[in-house]
Amino acid sequence: MVTAAIWPALDYSRVPYRLYHDTEIYAREQERIFRGPVWSYLGLDGEIPEPGDFRATWVGETPVIFNRDKSGAVRAFVNRCAHRGALVRRELSGNADEHICIYHQWCYGLDGALTAIPFRRGIRGKGGFDASFEMRRHGLRPLRVGTINGVVFGTLAEDAEPLEDYLGAPILAQLRRLFDRQVRVLGYNRQRIRGNWKLYAENTRDNYHASLLHEFLVTFGLDRSTQKGGVKMDARHRHNITWAEADSDTDEFAHAAYAGAGVRNDFLSLKEPSLVTFRPERDDKLNLVVTSVFPSAVFVQISNSLAVRQIRPRGVDEVEVFQTMLGYEDDPPEMTLHRLRQTNLVGPAGLVSMEDGEAIEIVHRASRPDPDRNTVIELGGGGVISDRDYRVTDVPLRGFWSYYAELLGIEPEGAVR
Amino acid sequence: MNADRAEVCDLLAEYGALIDMARFDEWLDLFAEKCRYQIVPRENFDRGLPAALVFCDSRAMLEDRIRALREANKYNIHTDRHVIGLPRIVDAGLTVEAPFAVFQTDQEGETRLFATGLYRDRLEVLRQRLKIRDKLVLLDSFAVPTLLATPL
Repeated sequence: MVTAAIWPALDYSRVPYRLYHDTEIYAREQERIFRGPVWSYLGLDGEIPEPGDFRATWVGETPVIFNRDKSGAVRAFVNRCAHRGALVRRELSGNADEHICIYHQWCYGLDGALTAIPFRRGIRGKGGFDASFEMRRHGLRPLRVGTINGVVFGTLAEDAEPLEDYLGAPILAQLRRLFDRQVRVLGYNRQRIRGNWKLYAENTRDNYHASLLHEFLVTFGLDRSTQKGGVKMDARHRHNITWAEADSDTDEFAHAAYAGAGVRNDFLSLKEPSLVTFRPERDDKLNLVVTSVFPSAVFVQISNSLAVRQIRPRGVDEVEVFQTMLGYEDDPPEMTLHRLRQTNLVGPAGLVSMEDGEAIEIVHRASRPDPDRNTVIELGGGGVISDRDYRVTDVPLRGFWSYYAELLGIEPEGAVR
Repeated sequence: MNADRAEVCDLLAEYGALIDMARFDEWLDLFAEKCRYQIVPRENFDRGLPAALVFCDSRAMLEDRIRALREANKYNIHTDRHVIGLPRIVDAGLTVEAPFAVFQTDQEGETRLFATGLYRDRLEVLRQRLKIRDKLVLLDSFAVPTLLATPL
């Protein structure tokens, strides 16, 4: 049984490897986090434009469907028949008037209510359910749903705080910035990584690794830690925004700064420079914004590539990163082409992201045998968890762990949060 | 001008072998000067969505991919083995479909099926040699294991 005593340091600067490998801890995460008072990303309003449109997704390991009902409202339910626990909707997406479980043909409306049961009264008065069986008590389990500029979140907890409070002002501002126009889905991609889901959640908050692991960023001049940038969190430090501004450093300064870093710093150029050409789309200079929402959503702008990543745990030893690539409905064809070219940057084959798959797997593999040893999280110093206006830092990881500890009920007395 | 089956088979065999031997410059030479190369998840293709995993709509972008692979990207240490099935030849031999599987073997000799899908190639004849003008790698196994660095 994991307790608050598991933490070697009150500022979460040390994380025991056990937390990435223990199946009991994993089960508790599913209960206390994913089925607990968090808001999880479900999908986009624009993916289900018409009444009856539905999509299947996951909240942790719980299968979920969200659909648009007859009134136009977005609804979400656990995708599990109230009868025998079967997956009701097996397709990933489509349009339907109702959701019917194939096992015994139980039928649910777009509001999740149970509407029909075959042979409810039996045949010739024999068999079937007793008259006392109440259909209204056997609907699909609903999720509370909330939407921010067309981004659909859901929660399985009745006592979850309101979505806007959960996200907090900085995250809300970023979502409203990124989704300031109607988005268009350009496609999806998936990456299966043999590592614990939290290694991915940490990775997206880890500013330090970006230009060291993903050498393409520096080598081909897309992003480097010498640019103006930093990390910004919500008040509870559970979410994080990693940001950087375009053209805010010089080649000379960057060359000197990377001289001892062990990565190429002679700045090569591409034959097709549009791959790394940033076209400003707003009044700000932000060309890199990675917004991590606890526990499992990441909203990503890298240059002009836009995406939502959903972290889908698949047991303690595997995670799927499900990524939705976006443009805007009013993009001219030429801008869509630019974005399609820049999709090369992200995803499982992404020029600045593929390495994460390998990095997570080598941590997962090497850490397993020693559950009582720990990682070191101290870039930007230990102690207080706070926003930073520089990039050589991993302080948002400690924010992640502090909220994680709270939800799992293992926050030590006197902990930094 | 038409292409015959033997030439198409030679091209496909060469294609797979050059990747498996990591001879990427020669692999690039199998493409026409004006070419396109895409790896598209079947999930997107079936829904008419354009996003690819790898999208190179010019020879320059394809060359950049290979350069990045050599100069910048880090990936799981492995060898590839392409197994390319019999081609289905349509359109006077200039449109070709062939199923493929790529197995990856790590340094300790463990092999896994890394990818499977369908090549859909449009070819052209240049100085009596077949070149790839447009290659669509339609990826059936679109839940990509670990990462995708070397071309399919």
